[in-house]
Amino acid sequence: MLVLEAVSYRYAGAERPAIRQVSLTLDKGEVLGVVGPSEAGKTTLCLVASGLAPRAIRGAMDGRVLLDGADTTALPMHEMAARAGICFQHPQTQLSGICGTVFEEIAFGPMNLGLQRDDVVVRTWDALDVLGITALAERDPMQLSGGQMQLVAIGGLLALRPAHLILDEPTAQLDPGGTRLVGECLARLAAGGASILITEQKTDLLERICGRVVVLEKGGIVAAGPTDEVLAAAGLAAMGVAAPSRVRVRRALAGAGFGDGAIMDALH
Amino acid sequence: MVGPITLLATAVVLPAAAAGVLRRLLRTSMVLSLPIGISALLVNLFFFPGGSEVLLRLGPVTATREGLELALQVLARILAISGAITLFYLTTRPAELVVDLERRGVSPRLAFVANASVQTVPAMVDRASAIIAAQRARGLDTEGSIAQRARGLVPIVGPVIMGSIAEVEQRTMALEARGFTRPGRRTLLWHPADSGAERVARWLLVLTVPALLVARSAGWLDLLG
Ligand SMILES: Nc1ncnc2c1ncn2[C@@H]1O[C@H](COP(=O)(O)OP(=O)(O)OP(=O)(O)O)[C@@H](O)[C@H]1O
Ligand SMILES: [Mg+2]
Repeated sequence: MLVLEAVSYRYAGAERPAIRQVSLTLDKGEVLGVVGPSEAGKTTLCLVASGLAPRAIRGAMDGRVLLDGADTTALPMHEMAARAGICFQHPQTQLSGICGTVFEEIAFGPMNLGLQRDDVVVRTWDALDVLGITALAERDPMQLSGGQMQLVAIGGLLALRPAHLILDEPTAQLDPGGTRLVGECLARLAAGGASILITEQKTDLLERICGRVVVLEKGGIVAAGPTDEVLAAAGLAAMGVAAPSRVRVRRALAGAGFGDGAIMDALH
Repeated sequence: MVGPITLLATAVVLPAAAAGVLRRLLRTSMVLSLPIGISALLVNLFFFPGGSEVLLRLGPVTATREGLELALQVLARILAISGAITLFYLTTRPAELVVDLERRGVSPRLAFVANASVQTVPAMVDRASAIIAAQRARGLDTEGSIAQRARGLVPIVGPVIMGSIAEVEQRTMALEARGFTRPGRRTLLWHPADSGAERVARWLLVLTVPALLVARSAGWLDLLG
């Protein structure tokens, strides 16, 4: 269980905090979505939850990040990494860039932890297996498509066997094909019981995998609740977050006078 | 001169032939050592002070026998050095070198930097050509006179370097998120094969150095000429 307790974070040199008094809970096996306009603080939230802020990025943090009830302040980054893995938008910059094969790339994290060689190999095959990319094992990571690279990045996290996954707009830089590829994998992970905190602009993906969604605006949580309710709320579009296509189709139909009947039923 | 030539034959040419890279080695090390080799040859040949046996007189300068000997000796040394370096590059895969260094106790961070600098060259080239294409599409002149091209470099170098710097922060975070900053040794999945024969050859080469030094200072090598 990952808990943020009244967390605020101000980057070094910034005048105002990027997130203010954010509290949220990611339960075991839950997929929690975060939406919000640009600059709302979604990335900052992910960095704080993963421990990278303030460990790798300078800034001042207030509040507490708890993992399974324990305060994480004293944990060094490599121990945070083994508990909460974070994936970013850009596929290329998250790969180590020094591995000639996808297999080595995914093994990179467990190797850093100094685990037994056999254990590293097992974890790597498991991660490849879960994501359905065993066929890529021998490929050069730099020669993959964006979607495939993103899966390799996620695989590199899974091999660390973290109890929580934090994904910051994992499909934002991908083309439709890559978005679908990654979306399907995330749906499988979610169905398999992974605990995931995910920020996304693509609400269709959130609708598919999240149980709950919170809305972040100007650094604070302004709404939270079950996915369907939050994503169908009227105020979201004004923030620049498009409702899921199902919701938009339903609205369009209702607007055109098809407010009830078989089509609407099919969409629910 | 016998020294460097013996070295060249036994430590460079023979191993290169055994590794099947002799032709590439000759070509590459020739190209590498040509400029410095020619200048060293000319300087030593014509400007050797106090040579007595004149071979050739060209206006103000003279080539002497002593100068020629020294010039050939320096040339042999240059060839031995450039040959050895070329052989190293032709027969060593960077990834293997780095893994092996790390296995022998070099810090993972240092090994990473060594590895990344080799691996990021293609990435930089890719980025540069993408930016060149983009700037060209906006009318940048990358052809024409040297001055024109130099001016054209400005809008290319900036984005290449700035882009790489912006990436550094993201890359650092991603590495930290994968436990790279953990102190202590990493697990290594494999290391390059190191046969007994290779080990013996390596130690022999290392031992040869003090042996040659002793032989030289004792004057034994002079007997060979
Ligand atoms: N490294 C940094 N140093 C200083 N300020 C930063 C830094 N990163 C982000 N900020 C600021 O913090 C605020 C929140 O940014 P953040 O990246 O968390 O938003 P976001 O919701 O992820 O936006 P986007 O949708 O554009 O990704 C912004 O005002 C931003 O300018
Ligand atoms: Mg962001």
